[in-house]
Parts: sequence; C-alpha cells; structure tokens
Amino acid sequence: MKITQISVFLENRKGRLYGVCSLLGKNRINIRALTIAETQDFGILRMVVDKPEETLKILKKSGFVVHLTDIVAVEVEDKPGGLAGILKILFDNNLNVEYVYGFLEKFSDNALLVMRFEEPDRAIEILKKKKIRVVGKEEITDL
Amino acid sequence: MIWNEEMECMGSEDLKNIQSERLRQIVDYVYNNCQAYKNKLNACGISPRKIKTICDINKLPFTTKEDLRDAYPFGLFSTASKNITEIHVSSGTTGNPTVVGYTKEDLELWSEVMARVLALSGAEPKDKIQIAYGYGLFTGGLGFHYGSLKMGLTIIPASSGQTKRQLKMMHDFKPRILACTPSYCLYMAEEAREMKLDLKKSSWEIGIFGAEPWSESMRKEIESTWDMLATDVYGLSEIIGPGVAQECQHKKGLHIFSDVFYPEVINPKTAKPVRDGEDGELVITTLTKQGLALLRYRTRDIVSIKYQRCRCGRTSPRISKIRGRTDDMIIIRGINVFPSQIEHVLLGIEGTKPHYQLVVDRKAGELDELEVLVEVEEKIFSDEVKALRNLEEKIRKEIESTLGIFVKVKLVEPRFIERSEGKAKRVIDKRII
Repeated sequence: MKITQISVFLENRKGRLYGVCSLLGKNRINIRALTIAETQDFGILRMVVDKPEETLKILKKSGFVVHLTDIVAVEVEDKPGGLAGILKILFDNNLNVEYVYGFLEKFSDNALLVMRFEEPDRAIEILKKKKIRVVGKEEITDL
Repeated sequence: MIWNEEMECMGSEDLKNIQSERLRQIVDYVYNNCQAYKNKLNACGISPRKIKTICDINKLPFTTKEDLRDAYPFGLFSTASKNITEIHVSSGTTGNPTVVGYTKEDLELWSEVMARVLALSGAEPKDKIQIAYGYGLFTGGLGFHYGSLKMGLTIIPASSGQTKRQLKMMHDFKPRILACTPSYCLYMAEEAREMKLDLKKSSWEIGIFGAEPWSESMRKEIESTWDMLATDVYGLSEIIGPGVAQECQHKKGLHIFSDVFYPEVINPKTAKPVRDGEDGELVITTLTKQGLALLRYRTRDIVSIKYQRCRCGRTSPRISKIRGRTDDMIIIRGINVFPSQIEHVLLGIEGTKPHYQLVVDRKAGELDELEVLVEVEEKIFSDEVKALRNLEEKIRKEIESTLGIFVKVKLVEPRFIERSEGKAKRVIDKRII
C-alpha cells in the first residue's frame, strides 16, 4: 500500500524547479502531488508522479540527485476536523508524522494527503484498523 | 635603533664566513643527531665533510613539508623530545598538523630575532605593545611576546578577538605598537567607527602586520585610517614563527636575518637559483637551530631577494612581500589552510569523497570568510531537511575543529563546481587585498 515519493535536491537558484518540471513535461510524466521544503540555501522537492521508475531514470540521467522514499497516501474527510481525526489516531498510537502535503486531485469527495512516517507499514496497519482508506500505487497511477 | 648592529650591519665577507662556519656545524649536527637527516644525506651521498663554505649549500638536499609530515610528530627533531622546551603546531596538508619544537636555546634565538623585528619596525625599549595575534599553539602571539620581553617593552598580551575590548585597551592603556594581522587591523577600524572613536587620535603609531598576504593598497588604507606606520613581518612556524624577516621604516623590502636563517630563491620547477631580483621560491636553512633544524626548507612562498645595503644602514638581504604560493595553500585570518585538509575531513564523513570548493571572501571592513561548497551525492541525500541540515552541521564542526576557524558549509547540486580538464577548481579567492 506504500507509494513511492521522489525527492530531488535543488539549490536555491532561479530556474531549478523549472528545470525539473520541464524535463518531466517533455517526458509526459504527470505530477500528482508536490511540495518543497526550503532552507536558506537549498530546497528539497518532493513529489508523487504517475511513473516513478521512469522519472527516477530521467532525473538521474540529467544529473539530479534523487532519493526514493515510501510514503502513505491517506484519504481524509473534506470537512472541519477531518485531518485532526486522523492525527488523533496517530497520536494515540504514538506514531510521529514527519511531514504532510496534499494531492493536487481528489480521488473521491475526500481529500487525499501524502504522509511520511518513520514506520510506514505500522502506520498503514493502524489506519486500516480504524477504517481509514489508504490509497495504493495503482490507484494513484490512474488518478 | 638597530637591535644587533654587529650581525645586522656586517660586511658581506664577514657574513659569508659566519654563514659558512654555521652551515658546517649545522650539517654536522643534524647528521649526527637526526636519523631522518642522516638517511637523507646518505641517500644523496653527502657526507658533512663535503660542506666547507656557504657556497656548498646547493649540494644539500631540500626539505619539504611532506618530510615533516612523514616524520610526524618528532622525527625531524635533532634532539630528544625531553630536551624540547616548547611545542607549537601549524596546519599540515592532511590529517596531522606540522609540529615544531624549540629548545631553550631556540627560544633564546626566537627572542633575539623578534627583538630585531621590533627594532626594525621602530619600537624602542619601554614602549607599550598590544599583541593581538593569537596566543597558544599558533606562533604569532608568543613569538611577539618573547621578543618584547627581550627588548624590554610593556606587554599587553591581548591575543586575538574581542574587538571592543582591544579598542578599549588601546584607548585606556595607550600602547604605541600594535601587532596583529592586517585584515584584523582594518576590521578594528570598522568597529572603532561604530564606537565613535576618533581613529586619527589612536595611540598606535606603529603596526607590525603579518601572517597573511597583504598589498600596498591595504598598507595605504591602514596608514591613512589609523594615522600609523604599517610594517610587514614574515615568518613560518617551521623556521621559527614570526621573526624570519621584517621591514624597516623605509618599507623597501623585508630584512631577512641571514646570519641565522640562510635564504635562497629558486625556480620551483627546476630547483635552480633564480637571478637576483627575480621571483622564485624562498628556501631557508636554519643555521643555528637545535630542536627542529632544517636544511634548505622549501617555504613554497614566492618572493624576490636583493642584497644591496639599505638606507637604514643594515646590510641584511631584503625579500619582497610574498607574491604568491607554489601550492594551493590559502591563508584565512592568519591561519594556513590546505584544500587537502578539507578533503580529508569530507572523506572521513560517511565515507564519501564529494566534490567540494572553497570560496574565500572578505567584505569591506570585515574579516575573511571561508565557505565550503559540497556537492550533494545520492549516498548522503535524503528527503528530510533535518538530515541534510545535520550533515551540513557535521561537516562544519569537523572542518572547524580541524582548521580552528569558523566556516560556512553549503550543499550544492552535483556538477555545480566547475571542472577544468576533469580537475575541479578547488579554491575561489574573491578577496581584494
């Protein structure tokens, strides 16, 4: 149920994000979710794409430093308190969320979030037990 | 005043005789007291008996920084380490520092040559001196201290840093002499302006500046800013520390104390002597040292030398300001830095040897800054900011503890660092000096 996230190291310079995105565009790769963690000097672009293996190959070939991480795609009720409900489950189970960001599209009426855990397998297990929908790889590709 | 008129104003024939006598003794001394030198001389087929006059010096092999590294820590000392009174260290090219040891007699020699330095600059006994070179393993602070003791100055052993306190001591104690790096002197000017001090009314009349390269334009800036005489001092720990050469008040070259530190200037590629007045690598033989006596030590500093008598009356030869280096060493805030030291640190972290580049800059009125750019490799990259931050921090701390100076570490994308013919340009020096 885990999903592959691709992280790319970007210097804090003009045109670097454009460089990655235009490369993906040319190769007809679609970005499903994206966020940038930035510091003064550099940024880490994290994204979920429809064709992760291909993306990895293309980026590496162009000289980018790339890292793959397992993340969990979680459906959250699109209403006040929706996210809080899920975070409570995680908190009660002593699960720490490293970071969260949203998908660009929705899968259903619910919002779809990317969550990064130290222990993704345990997180999936707990969320499923609580009847929280965790979205799989194939579904993401079809989004 | 001239501190040692006999030695500093000696006629050239007499000086040659003394140098010849001392060279015979020192070659004999290292041959019989230092196994490494004995092996080195034997390997070249040189027996001490072959050295008769100073003109025979070119029969001797050179000594290099690598020889010191290979002999770490005490292998090139010509005396047992129990006879060493004081130890100092400076940067080595890789993991180990360069270690130098002084016997009691060596410390006496150091005091003597530093007293000559002070007298050359125009200091007189009973003057007050503010020593703002670092005290400790670095030779700057203690070298000036010993010379000042010898000459009978009032010493303010301020050491480096704490600029506001330095300025307050200058203002309240009124020292006539200041000894520090030239860039620190200019840095203090900025601070003094902020403190609303009248720079022209400072008590400093004479500055003795060294431990880093500086130019005539920097000299003019210091002299006009502080209304003081700015003189240049030269030295290196391997030879003695500060006290190898110093400008007199005419500022026409640095008088080198050739009765104790015999200078040669060679073409660094062919190792043949250059013509008088031409640029080349300075090579020094310590004629009287006992702890670490060095034969034909390659300083890697580029200078020219002239032998004419100076208007000040001294006959000692004069070297030019340092015009450059034969290696990639850079000097930051008076500290010698070899790119290979940084390479060594990076190799020790995560077992990776990424491409790196050193960027040195000095913004107006500020001290030198060293930024280390490190290319991020897949092996060390992560999706988490904290992991990269920790890595930067780790690199920074390790480099700082190796070099002893503050640095900034910046992670950059692969291939950010320019390669020329497959070799990366390791140092970018943006300083205008």
